[in-house]
Amino acid sequence: MSYQGKFRVWRGDDSGGALEDFTVEVNEGEVVLDIIHRLQATQAPDLAVRWNCKAGKCGSCSAEINGRPRLLCMTRMSVFDESETITVTPMRTFPIIRDLVTDVSFNYTKAREVPSFAPPKDLAPGEYRMQQVDVERSQEFRKCIECFLCQNTCHVVRDHEENKEVFSGPRFLMRVAELEMHPLDTADRVDQAQDDHGLGYCNITKCCSEVCPEHIHITDNALIPMKERVADRKYDPIVWLGNKLFRRS
Amino acid sequence: MPELERHSFDVLVIGAGGAGLRAAIEAREHGMRTAVLCKSLFGKAHTVMAEGGIAAAMGNVNSSDNWQVHFRDTMRGGKFLNNWRMAELHAQEAPQRVWELETYGALFDRTKDGRISQRNFGGHEYPRLAHVGDRTGLELIRTLQQKIVSLQQEDYKEFGDYEERLRVFQEFTVTDLVKDGDRIAGAFGYWRESGRFVLFEAPAVILATGGIGKSFKVTSNSWEYTGDGHALALRAGASLINMEFIQFHPTGMVWPPSVKGILVTESVRGDGGVLRNSDGKRFMFDYIPEVFKDKYADNEEEADRWYTDQANNRRPPELLPRDEVARAINSEVKAGRGSPHGGVFLDVSTRLPAEEIRRRLPSMHHQFKELADVDITAQPMEVGPTCHYVMGGVEVDPDTGSSSVPGLYAAGEVSGGMHGSNRLGGNSLSDLLVFGRRAGAGAAEYVRAMDERPVVAEETITEARATALKPFQQEGGENPYTLHMELQQSMNDLVGIIRRAGEMEEALQRLEKLKERAQSLTVEGHQQFNPGWHLALDLRNMLLVSECVAKAALLRTESRGGHTRDDHPSMDAEWRRKLLVCRASGDGAVVEEKPQIPIRSDLLDLFERTELEKYLTAEELS
Ligand SMILES: Cc1cc2nc3c(=O)[nH]c(=O)nc-3n(C[C@H](O)[C@H](O)[C@H](O)COP(=O)(O)OP(=O)(O)OC[C@H]3O[C@@H](n4cnc5c(N)ncnc54)[C@H](O)[C@@H]3O)c2cc1C
Ligand code: SF4
Ligand code: SF4
Ligand code: FES
Repeated sequence: MSYQGKFRVWRGDDSGGALEDFTVEVNEGEVVLDIIHRLQATQAPDLAVRWNCKAGKCGSCSAEINGRPRLLCMTRMSVFDESETITVTPMRTFPIIRDLVTDVSFNYTKAREVPSFAPPKDLAPGEYRMQQVDVERSQEFRKCIECFLCQNTCHVVRDHEENKEVFSGPRFLMRVAELEMHPLDTADRVDQAQDDHGLGYCNITKCCSEVCPEHIHITDNALIPMKERVADRKYDPIVWLGNKLFRRS
Repeated sequence: MPELERHSFDVLVIGAGGAGLRAAIEAREHGMRTAVLCKSLFGKAHTVMAEGGIAAAMGNVNSSDNWQVHFRDTMRGGKFLNNWRMAELHAQEAPQRVWELETYGALFDRTKDGRISQRNFGGHEYPRLAHVGDRTGLELIRTLQQKIVSLQQEDYKEFGDYEERLRVFQEFTVTDLVKDGDRIAGAFGYWRESGRFVLFEAPAVILATGGIGKSFKVTSNSWEYTGDGHALALRAGASLINMEFIQFHPTGMVWPPSVKGILVTESVRGDGGVLRNSDGKRFMFDYIPEVFKDKYADNEEEADRWYTDQANNRRPPELLPRDEVARAINSEVKAGRGSPHGGVFLDVSTRLPAEEIRRRLPSMHHQFKELADVDITAQPMEVGPTCHYVMGGVEVDPDTGSSSVPGLYAAGEVSGGMHGSNRLGGNSLSDLLVFGRRAGAGAAEYVRAMDERPVVAEETITEARATALKPFQQEGGENPYTLHMELQQSMNDLVGIIRRAGEMEEALQRLEKLKERAQSLTVEGHQQFNPGWHLALDLRNMLLVSECVAKAALLRTESRGGHTRDDHPSMDAEWRRKLLVCRASGDGAVVEEKPQIPIRSDLLDLFERTELEKYLTAEELS
């Protein structure tokens, strides 16, 4: 059940590059990452790509397939037509290193700017008590595998390099929300979200949630509730509008 | 030659999995300037893939649990070959290490009274695994990663520099350790991104590089698992023990071919999943070994009752230690009772409501749906054994993690002894935390007590650079990918789950030839992010480590845990008293016997005499 598939893969580095055409064997049950590996083993041994788990758990293999931000290891070949040419390009929002590998250090910088968990001072290790229902909200956000596809997709930075300075992106705004909703965190994070991480730039388009391979409801469960908490302190027209448009049942 | 990038630290941690990160936190908290080096991006180490949980006798679900019970289970799982001091420290300290994670911000699943919930797992007498659904490793690594960030934030407040005392170098591969005389003096390697070389000067190096599974064809392990730490230790003069013991996890995916080997967590069985053959029979009842007869149910009714009443029933045999289950599956398939794609059926769909399966096993549900078109809430999975974990590793002092080379430490999967001949599920994540912390403290103490720092000689650097560049200097040599595939096939077929002397001898011959061919590898392109080059350098480590595995496996003429000999099918109490120790010699490895340290008497007293008789010699018992 093999066939010869047509691929166009972006090759190059920070000085430039181009799409290169390949014809390569595709077998039953394979994912796009398998094809990239076959290219490495047979036609392009120095083709650069990141991966680790091959099971959607580590968030290393992010790229764009036919223009859609996706994990290479979780995109099955069977979703494409055998005659279709499949285009694989690196994530667009981050600087190119080589081929499909981009410089994602933006994300590590932003991660470092979110103040860490502030534990309760009066509880010793082993004394923490929390109810399952109360941890579940933050647990949803902790499913994040840091693939950075949401960061790559959000138009606030995708099309506006200049916003990278002031906007932490959906992944790290969600991290702020996660800590804010942690039952035992003692810090106040509402003003931080707005003032230090640029929550106000988000206009709840939900594009980030759409590409999240973990199906985390980034916008509905993290960003909008954070905006509501901000709005309780300040008036924010987008929240007001958002509440009208996306009222959750 | 371009200027060499140099850095100097007190403690260098190679590896950013659970063991490396916990070690780095400890070293930094002891005031050491610490660096963490890792091949992948920060947060992507193998630990992220762990699913089931962390074993720690907190007694939250069953208050009868305590460290003594955990110790006993660990020793039984390892067939008493374990380093008992490590097993003791591990069982005693695991609960504190898990609770500590909560203070770093971890959010485990909870019991009704708000404590950390614990689940059942193979070989553990009570529900013992702290977990977050089936993504516990992600929680562990992210929590440690965030703790590192919080320490960096403290430094930023104090010094205006996040990296003053703790710095992560990601996508960096260490190719050689460097020494000053007999002491460790640092490490040499390259940035994966640019291919440029770096020298790290440091009096103490902690290896936390994980395992070796990429030397086998069917494996749950990622590209990182090329046994680098094992090989670095050997070349630096340290010894490895227990390399013949490799865990084949009973349940890896078998179809489609491209995902063959990817892990199906043991939690599926812990939460009620059962194994069936093509006749629909729950075959595990036929495979309960003599030593476990009093602990495992011999009929379905009792096994099923156990899930709700553990006090009055024996455990289902699906929860036997992994080596037993893997061999049973292997036998069923060989006997022609396998599933269409050469595995057996693992079914949870008839055992739990769909909603419950999605809640408890979300990532398994997702994985099968996305990768195999199987809905595990409605259909059985097809599974078979996959190379998963290496019990063997660097021989270390249990209390400090130090190897026989001054300044060289090891923790986590790269170290040996703790798990004996077979590791219990969940005992790795706890091992990482307990011994990561101890190695961090051990290395810090060593550095503090030192009067004079080691110096790196220039020749060492020149040599390390030349070795790393060799694949570019040769033309017309072999493709590293081809060699790698041949190595994987040989190890899989000849030193795999069931072993025979003749096959292992053949494996050793093939390894010799591969070693020769590896001398003339050719790599295309340049040094910048070049996976072909990276593989060429990793191959050297895989070949050395594979030689240790094959040689040790050939010498051990008994079957125990992760080492099954068709030609020596039974366990031999005399062999329990012996360790096989590997050292580097020339461009290969030598393996020698060494007596095992006798188990301390108060620890022996934790077992019934009738049980000890199954493992120990008459001489030891008298
Ligand atoms: C799919 C799967 C599920 C598992 N589930 C469980 C479970 O539920 N419970 C459990 O207890 N155990 C589980 N295990 C086992 C456990 O996850 C591993 O044994 C453990 O995570 C190993 O951790 P580590 O810190 O030793 O190494 P790792 O997490 O593997 O980290 C190794 C690090 O070393 C770095 N490194 C390696 N070589 C070099 C080099 N040359 N230069 C620089 N850096 C290097 C790597 O980049 C990486 O950062 C599972 C394993 C797998 C594969
Ligand atoms: S919802 Fe907000 S964060 Fe998400 S993509 Fe839209 S603007 Fe960006
Ligand atoms: S939130 Fe989702 S898309 Fe964003 S980094 Fe995490 S897993 Fe990836
Ligand atoms: S390789 Fe881990 S998510 Fe794709």
